[in-house]
Amino acid sequence: MARKPIQFRLNGKDEAVFVEEGQNLLDALRRQVGDTSPKYGCGQGTCGACTVLVDGEPRLSCLMLAESAEGASIETTAGLAGAELHPLQRAFLDGFAAQCGYCTSGMLMSAKALLDRNPSPTREQVVDAISGNICRCTGYEPIIDAILDAAARGAGRRSA
Amino acid sequence: MNERPTPSAHKGAVHRPVIHDSAERHVTGSALYVDDMPELPGTLHIHVGMSERAHARLRAIDLQSVRTAPGVVAVLTAGDIPGVNDVSPVHAGDDPIFAEDIVEYAGQPIFAVAAETLQAARNAARLARIDYEELPAIITLDEALAAATDLAPAPELRLGDPDAAISASPHRLSGTLHVGGQDHFYLEGQVAYAIPGEGADMLVHASTQHPSEVQHLVGCMLGVPDHAVTVEVRRMGGGFGGKESQPALIAAIAALAARRTGRPAKLRLDRDDDMVMTGKRHDFRLDYELGYDADGRIQGARFEFAARCGRSLDLSNAIADRAMFHADNAYALPNAYVHARRMKTHTVSNTAFRGFGGPQGMMAIERAIDEIAFALGRDPLEVRRANVYPADGSALTPYHMAVTDSVLDELTEELAASSDYRTRRAAIRASNAESTAIKRGIALTPVKFGISFTTTHLNQAGALVHVYKDGSVHLNHGGTEMGQGLFVKVGQVVAEAFGIELDQVKITATTTAKVPNTSATAASAGSDLNGMAAAAAAQTIKARLAAFAAKKHNIAEEHVVFEAGRVRIGNQEMSFAELAHQAWMGRVSLSSTGFYATPDIHYDRATGRGRPFYYFAYGAAVSEVAIDTLTGETRLLRVDILHDAGRSLNPAIDMGQIEGGFIQGLGWLTSEELWWNDEGRLRTHAPSTYKIPTANDRPDDMRIAIWAKGENREPTIHRSKAVGEPPLMLAISAFSAITDAACAATGYRAFPRLDAPATPERILMAIREATGRAGKK
Ligand code: FES
Ligand code: FES
Repeated sequence: MARKPIQFRLNGKDEAVFVEEGQNLLDALRRQVGDTSPKYGCGQGTCGACTVLVDGEPRLSCLMLAESAEGASIETTAGLAGAELHPLQRAFLDGFAAQCGYCTSGMLMSAKALLDRNPSPTREQVVDAISGNICRCTGYEPIIDAILDAAARGAGRRSA
Repeated sequence: MNERPTPSAHKGAVHRPVIHDSAERHVTGSALYVDDMPELPGTLHIHVGMSERAHARLRAIDLQSVRTAPGVVAVLTAGDIPGVNDVSPVHAGDDPIFAEDIVEYAGQPIFAVAAETLQAARNAARLARIDYEELPAIITLDEALAAATDLAPAPELRLGDPDAAISASPHRLSGTLHVGGQDHFYLEGQVAYAIPGEGADMLVHASTQHPSEVQHLVGCMLGVPDHAVTVEVRRMGGGFGGKESQPALIAAIAALAARRTGRPAKLRLDRDDDMVMTGKRHDFRLDYELGYDADGRIQGARFEFAARCGRSLDLSNAIADRAMFHADNAYALPNAYVHARRMKTHTVSNTAFRGFGGPQGMMAIERAIDEIAFALGRDPLEVRRANVYPADGSALTPYHMAVTDSVLDELTEELAASSDYRTRRAAIRASNAESTAIKRGIALTPVKFGISFTTTHLNQAGALVHVYKDGSVHLNHGGTEMGQGLFVKVGQVVAEAFGIELDQVKITATTTAKVPNTSATAASAGSDLNGMAAAAAAQTIKARLAAFAAKKHNIAEEHVVFEAGRVRIGNQEMSFAELAHQAWMGRVSLSSTGFYATPDIHYDRATGRGRPFYYFAYGAAVSEVAIDTLTGETRLLRVDILHDAGRSLNPAIDMGQIEGGFIQGLGWLTSEELWWNDEGRLRTHAPSTYKIPTANDRPDDMRIAIWAKGENREPTIHRSKAVGEPPLMLAISAFSAITDAACAATGYRAFPRLDAPATPERILMAIREATGRAGKK
């Protein structure tokens, strides 16, 4: 199969990998780069588990061709913490927002995209921002609360 | 939140809201699920070729072009299996790994391709040429009943003389309710990674709730003893019962590929394949007939259930049995008959799903009570309260077990008061009179759920605890972590026992090599069983430490006390680590297994009598809904829940189970619809067509409390109660509230016979049908 070199920045670091024709970004991140923080949930753009930020925008990496990431700047949950946890991570951790944890990475990325644009969202805006992310374990309340809590702790202003 | 004071001062102790042991790894993306594990060089990827027909003879399977496709390393069929071609969890011999002559559902595995990449395996599988000779297929439950395709004889439960009691009752009613199935949609799909070892050895990393069964069935498939197979599971991305029997198939295919090629092999199902290939919650037809008096008190009841089992037995017997055990739900029936047929269809074999038949079983009586209340012009809550099991222990279940721990009267009244149910109900009725298009409804429904595996021998568990000479502790037990917080709860139990901090306890991956012959982490019994087994192991080590310290310091053993952060030995104190070190120097064994078998339970399936449950878990919920009578759309406005978790081991984890269980139940009863076409092909095989609740669907106002007075009357682990499944059934309150709102749409003139899930189409249909009946009166 034809393999194509691509380059992008992942969590502030340069990456150069060979991807196959038609390979999606999720697969390339997980297999070629070895960042398994974005998850495969459905592979068809309906669960949100694979959400990453591409040039600041939340994208479903299972639907995006890897080659279209050429030159882009990509953020994943693996790069969210600096010396300390990001306020969103702290709030999810303290707020019991993860049960099995499989949706968590996608939730965090959707939440970060929201707070980066809108540091003090309303509850409805939070619900809206994660409405494409399925969580089968919680009833969403702890996740919504954690995002609001992180906003109150200044998560948006910090990362914006 | 219900956080109670506890005498133990240290952070990791029981009855405290301790965070999930994997929480930090979850939020940093570093928690490894099977598909995240670093792959060994040479790892192959598998794709499974499935039947396209619901029922057919396989005339020819031509895999020649599959074998020669690029990247393909092996193509596997039934003929490649060295041992037994079966993964039936009950050894029924009816769950072939690969179909041989006959296929019995669309989606049944016929062959598998192992290739260098998943894409290569997928591409190659498309080249298969399969020649089917179609056979008549039975798809629906009604077709199965007409053809009497019973997979197994159905036992009966009988208490008193129900037929006589019904005939003698002043009022009678009967009806039929169809309740749909449900896809688990565990966010992490089925996956297994098999690594061949020396000789016949095989290591399988599997996403499974039942490592011991995967071990055994992989062993049978390979034709090797259990000791040659090790199954390990650190965590699952959700299970919900869907990873109880189903993972054996996935692990068997991965292990077969690994054995045949000598290379590590991974099978991670694509989501649509997972939805098509693996079993779901059983859909049921529920027929009921009841006699009752002028106060709505039930005198006698007959329940005839039928479950769509799909193509094989799987766990359907135990599931249909549990449906029967919950036909009474929370209500004392002086005379009752219960029967549940187990019907074969040419659809995927249905399986365990949170509640395990219990939720379906409860639906009939809850519908019947709503109908009784309507017929008598009473508040359904009053009819419910008139029938709940009394606290005095005088009532028997239809299986002749005395219900001695009922808190239903107290719990439902407390919730009615705290939710302001009666005032709100009156206000809703008043507002419905004003509004034409939007109708509101409210309902309070209770849950009584039996705790224990009803297959008595499964109620056992083992644990393994090591204390190292630096005082740190290694904890292992047979339970599996799927997000429910079992590991942290058992960790708390061990930390409490030794009086140490939770971070001194290393909670380790479940593996068949450390604790053998385990039961599935299921039946809500994970912390009851494994908590007790771990406590027993800790107790053994503590006793050895106490004996050592007592001898060394020449005092009585009872003067060695393990307290928060230290050990008191007579007048002196030392850290747990110091004592552990001294004991090691003193040549004392600091490792122990622990074992637990639930006492006092027994059940005779032939007579339908016994005490299958150690105790009952209770809860109740009030739901208020609004429906748009033009479109049939519903909105859940407010939910109040009061749930009995006993003395909760970890109230925050339990709150998560309650909320998550409710929302999952809500999905089952309102939006998640599985639909097979006439050819038996599942048309709702992707989340785009199968509607799982999203953040938008949760009620705007949800008030959940763990019952402050909760305490298990049985000596369970720290008097806690199981909490995994019971809350799912609290969502029946939403279904009843929708019924109430639909009734309002008829001007309260006819009772709408709504089926589940209550989708907009079904709601409109029920209103139309009821309005028609009212018009005729
Ligand atoms: S995996 Fe991309 S949306 Fe589900
Ligand atoms: S925590 Fe399991 S899917 Fe969200």
